[in-house]
Amino acid sequence: MLSSNRSDDTSPWYQMIVEENVPCIKLTGSYTLAALDQELRKVSTRLTRFAAQSDLHWDLTGIQQMDHAGAILIWRAWGMHRPAYLSIRPEQERLFAHLEKVHPAPKPVRRDILWPILTLGRRYFLFWDHLIGIITLSGQVLLNVFYLIKHPNQIPLREISANLFRTGAQALSITALVGFLIGIVLSYLSSEQLHTYGADVFIVNILGMSIIRELGPMLAAILVAGRSGSSMTAQLGVMRVTEELDALTVMGIPHSLRLVLPKIIGLGIAMPLVVLWTSAIAMLGGILAADLQIGLNYQYSLSSLPDAVPVANLWIGMGKGVVCGMVIALIACHFGLRIKPNTESLGEGTTNSVVTSITAVIFIDAIFAIIFSNVGLKIAG
Amino acid sequence: MSNNDPIIEIEGLYTRFGSHVIHENISLSVYRGEILALVGGSGSGKTTLLRQMLGLETPAQGSVKILGHSRYDCGLELSRSLRNRSGVLFQQGALFSALNVYDNIALPLRELHCLPEEMIRDLVMLKLGMVEVAAEHANKMPAELSGGMIKRVALARALALDPELLFLDEPTAGLDPALSESFVKLIQTLRQELTLTIIMVTHDLDTLAAISTRVAVLADQRLVASGKLADIIKIDHPFIKDFFLGERGRNALRNALTLP
Repeated sequence: MLSSNRSDDTSPWYQMIVEENVPCIKLTGSYTLAALDQELRKVSTRLTRFAAQSDLHWDLTGIQQMDHAGAILIWRAWGMHRPAYLSIRPEQERLFAHLEKVHPAPKPVRRDILWPILTLGRRYFLFWDHLIGIITLSGQVLLNVFYLIKHPNQIPLREISANLFRTGAQALSITALVGFLIGIVLSYLSSEQLHTYGADVFIVNILGMSIIRELGPMLAAILVAGRSGSSMTAQLGVMRVTEELDALTVMGIPHSLRLVLPKIIGLGIAMPLVVLWTSAIAMLGGILAADLQIGLNYQYSLSSLPDAVPVANLWIGMGKGVVCGMVIALIACHFGLRIKPNTESLGEGTTNSVVTSITAVIFIDAIFAIIFSNVGLKIAG
Repeated sequence: MSNNDPIIEIEGLYTRFGSHVIHENISLSVYRGEILALVGGSGSGKTTLLRQMLGLETPAQGSVKILGHSRYDCGLELSRSLRNRSGVLFQQGALFSALNVYDNIALPLRELHCLPEEMIRDLVMLKLGMVEVAAEHANKMPAELSGGMIKRVALARALALDPELLFLDEPTAGLDPALSESFVKLIQTLRQELTLTIIMVTHDLDTLAAISTRVAVLADQRLVASGKLADIIKIDHPFIKDFFLGERGRNALRNALTLP
């Protein structure tokens, strides 16, 4: 009778024996997650098969160690109820008593059928929410400016200068590199075309107008939006997570005065300077490439630049810098202050901030193009 | 396995941060089934020692052995299995904020890649029941939970793999007295049901007196004493006197030691 040659009658996990004509399954070994490991599914299916015999005696006293995973394995094999004949140790009894009380898992929340409309509606309201938020914040900053005019000793000079250094001085290398390369590429592409028509000298006009009026400010603004905008948002977001913002509020120091205003003023000052720098380096790259490519003397290029490009273009470029800088800082602060204290929200807020400020920068460029369409352009004919 | 097998063995451990010495020649063994409480003043390096046992930091000198294997130079496989055999409750809970309560607890189970999803579901709900978190909270995100709830969910996650070894970093800090009490009860029940060895860092004398079977005291960069609470308080050392025999300490100890 013992081990009637069927292969699954014995295994490290159980023994089939017959005691006084009663079929009995004796579980042995360690029913723990670590011990079961890869055997788990196999043991589970075998035990389920045995559990189908209703007259089987289950003897769990031979188990050396059993943890929750092991208990659940046996419990599921039994079909979530105790078998009719069971011998068990008291500590195992406690484990199964827990299992009898386990709550079923709640169903995950199902999506509403109307979800496309709901999402769209939520997006719409969110957009207005952000717009109103940004307008409110800028109003607050404006009030702070009036307050500071009356109380000039409270101007946060240290913060402004720190922001100038971080957003201006530290951005010089990256803007120079990108500007120089763009200048070279632009000059290389257009000088060849002009050379075919013998119009080599016009390269100075093309480079001057496009870089000083458009490309320089836009390159600088997009780079700064990615670089400084994201860091401002993340900084404010982490201050929210660590409750530093709340600490400031409790001390009666308004966020807009101490955190937002210095960033807006700092970037408002730094940005036109970065624009000037980027345009200068890009022009340098362009003139250098023209010299090497079509042999246009760099001294000639430099001396003819003032005639080719009216100085109004430089002012327009720098004006764009001021506006873009302030808008980037404003948007970055707006998104930073709205971050909720969890990691998900931090990432989302930073992404939204950068995407929104780059979009805003391009909008501003378009608005400038329309407003100043009659300024600084020499119309032929 | 015999009870005399140390489950954690620290030998001749030195820690330095720059020129600042935190630990000097610390040797400590933890045996199976013990609840060891690490105490010490702030800055005495309790949490650092705990992190070294977890393998999150490496000491300047000395060895840490967990379950008979060195913590620092074991292979990837072994290191993974050691980690699966120990659970950690961090002070702030350290729940993954991108996952809901259910998925937080299910994560270590899913990472084993050998459990069917129905079993994971039962295990998660069992653990949640054990730490007395109602089933309807399973779909909540960590940001929506209160501090006490975060602690309990984090404990459920630490227990997800039925570890032999449980590390608790300030388990009752930030809990109200009633919650601390139920936390202590919970740990006691768990110990009866599972063979658990617990190492905890705590400042809470009530918890310490209620559940620890042994106390190790860190002061002056050294392990100044280790033994049963009743023996520790007889030692004549300024830190021990301040810590245990101040007014608050005496109150807590009176409750724990005179009443059996």
